Amino acid sequence: MANTLSNPAANAPKGYVDRRSKELLSRHHGTRSKRLRMAEQLLEASQYELMLVKFKKHKLAMISFWLLVVMYLIAILADFVAPYSPLTRFGELVYAPPNTIHIRDEQGNFHAPFIYRRVSKLDEKTYIYSFMDDTSQRIPIKLFVKGEPYKLWGLIPGNLHLFGIESETPLFLLGSDKLGRDMFSRIIYASRVSLFIGFGGVLISFLLGILLGGISGYFGGTMDLLIQRLIEFIMSIPQIPLWMALSAAIPQEWSGIQKFLAITLILSLVGWTGLARVVRGKIISLREEDYVTAARISSASDMTIIFHHLLPGFTSYLIVHITNSIPGMILGETTLSFLGLGITPPNVSWGSLLQQAQDVTVIGFYPWLLYPCAAIILAVMLFNFLGDGLRDAADPYSH
Amino acid sequence: MVKFILWRIGILIPLLVLVSIVSFIVIQLPPGDYVDSYIRNLELQGGSLNDAQKETLQRQYGLDKPLIVQYFMWISKIVLHGDFGNSFKYQRPVADLLMERIPRTIFLSLASIFFTWIIAIPIGILSALKKYTIWDYFFTFLSFLGLSIPGFLLALILLYIVFTKTGNMITGLFSPEYRDAPWSIAKFTDMLHNVWLPLLVLSVTGSGGLVRVLRATLLDELKKQYVTTARAKGLPEWRVIMQYPIRIAINPIISTIGWMLPGVVGGELVVSKVLNIPTVGPMMLDAVLSQDMYLAGGFVLILCSLTVVGTLVSDILLAWSDPRIRFD
Repeated sequence: MANTLSNPAANAPKGYVDRRSKELLSRHHGTRSKRLRMAEQLLEASQYELMLVKFKKHKLAMISFWLLVVMYLIAILADFVAPYSPLTRFGELVYAPPNTIHIRDEQGNFHAPFIYRRVSKLDEKTYIYSFMDDTSQRIPIKLFVKGEPYKLWGLIPGNLHLFGIESETPLFLLGSDKLGRDMFSRIIYASRVSLFIGFGGVLISFLLGILLGGISGYFGGTMDLLIQRLIEFIMSIPQIPLWMALSAAIPQEWSGIQKFLAITLILSLVGWTGLARVVRGKIISLREEDYVTAARISSASDMTIIFHHLLPGFTSYLIVHITNSIPGMILGETTLSFLGLGITPPNVSWGSLLQQAQDVTVIGFYPWLLYPCAAIILAVMLFNFLGDGLRDAADPYSH
Repeated sequence: MVKFILWRIGILIPLLVLVSIVSFIVIQLPPGDYVDSYIRNLELQGGSLNDAQKETLQRQYGLDKPLIVQYFMWISKIVLHGDFGNSFKYQRPVADLLMERIPRTIFLSLASIFFTWIIAIPIGILSALKKYTIWDYFFTFLSFLGLSIPGFLLALILLYIVFTKTGNMITGLFSPEYRDAPWSIAKFTDMLHNVWLPLLVLSVTGSGGLVRVLRATLLDELKKQYVTTARAKGLPEWRVIMQYPIRIAINPIISTIGWMLPGVVGGELVVSKVLNIPTVGPMMLDAVLSQDMYLAGGFVLILCSLTVVGTLVSDILLAWSDPRIRFD
């Protein structure tokens, strides 16, 4: 009984579902029997199945979704994807520009992608290395090469890398930094912190937001007043100075993981407010519904009503809100680490990589140090597009 | 109206108390107290203190008393004497440093809000009027980009572009020769040469969201029947649009200035750090990194109080300009 009541699709008027499915169907192609089968399925489709159908039609959001999946997979499998470890130094190749990948040699013959062997020369007067390609030596880029040994997630030993070259001169897809470390590998490893801080932060603010927003909306009264004032307060003070001041309290000697958790906590202390407002608003509008009264009469406890009957009614809104708040978390971490207050060496995040690029003269000479920017912008934009698509899909009135 | 203003001001006081408590927590959070940092600082310079001296100092600053008493000592000094304590790093009263930096931050923040409107309002209107044209898509793309790029990244990228194109480095607010000079027309024009970059960065990152809001509201308004009526009565098209829909669509943007303040102030901090502008940003970062907590706490206190007051002022302005608000 309780389950059918809490399923919004079961409550929706039949005519509505009919109209929706026809509209959705009109854009599907295929044989008549296939379309009829689709129609039957859509008639019984739950709210989420309808959302999924709608979401799949949002091209930009779908592309963003799959690209994000790829980015997260790369982050998880960083040891395998990155050709080198983030701390491996190639001493003589300091601030080396990115390798150009050729498929055509000097004589005009085509080959599989290769790079030329790089020779570095130290200028006796300025002590700056200059680099030249030795066009007589081709080094092919290969897939699945054996390289530096690593331990995947600190557990599984391996030495196979997705791609790389079999040579003592390194492959610098995106150049190297001031200690001769491969920027590409560092960006890949940094994505672990930068991408997952979004998830961690959202998880904590999700719990806080649901709990406080739920209490505020369901019980109302003094608790509601207090929680609402608290939210208004947090929203009206500038976050960044507060983040800065709070992160000053993180002890320098903490390990990378501890710092990661501390920053996640700092970011979510502010981040929960938006979600709490969504939860409160939705609960207020749903708590007077008949099915909630029915549950109350059947002497369901308050917690059961909130988590079992009310929350499922607006999970879609929560998902949308969460997707939209992840970019903020990523940018928050990036900003803090960029300022030197977040992730610190030897650990890397996109923000801490950009710390090297704070000086204009450095960027002027070595512009490839700005590549982490591209990663940040890409991740945030993809999340924005994904959130946009999800919002459209979750809103039954959008066309 | 008077009742509304009184009610809002009544809320302000507990909010300010909360702000002060948060700032006090910020000061207390890092391990060690004022005297510890003082001793550390002294040892760096080759001096030292014996235990008796340490105790005297601790008593002098009230550090032997419970936290709550310390809080009241701290806040009453600020409220009664404007005494925020001393900064170790600069060896000066925090209040002096605040007076020097805060006005510049206020100036930059307000100016960038103003420029945000100048950028966002025409683009939002254009985007809505030319819906689904190349211009709309172009500006939609730009506004998404503006939403996705944090200020400091944009500042870095623009710095790089300016540097490679012209060979000039834009840092600071003034050229070296004007830095300590008294205000003059020459100094002012010199500032204009430098200030455009931070203003551009702050207003571009701020306008992304505004363009989206403005476009959506204006599209909603344009569909309404009074627009059709106005057109049917033969009003010229520009008047149909300018007379009502745009005024209604702009209203929420102007009225949400209070919500913009926290973001702008925070953005200003980071952008100033990148562009090396002598506002709160670089100094606060220094204070935080060297655990000069009285200075950091002072900045948090003043910045937060100012935004809270700013939000209040904008709320009152909104109620004054829009009669619908007052009755809720």
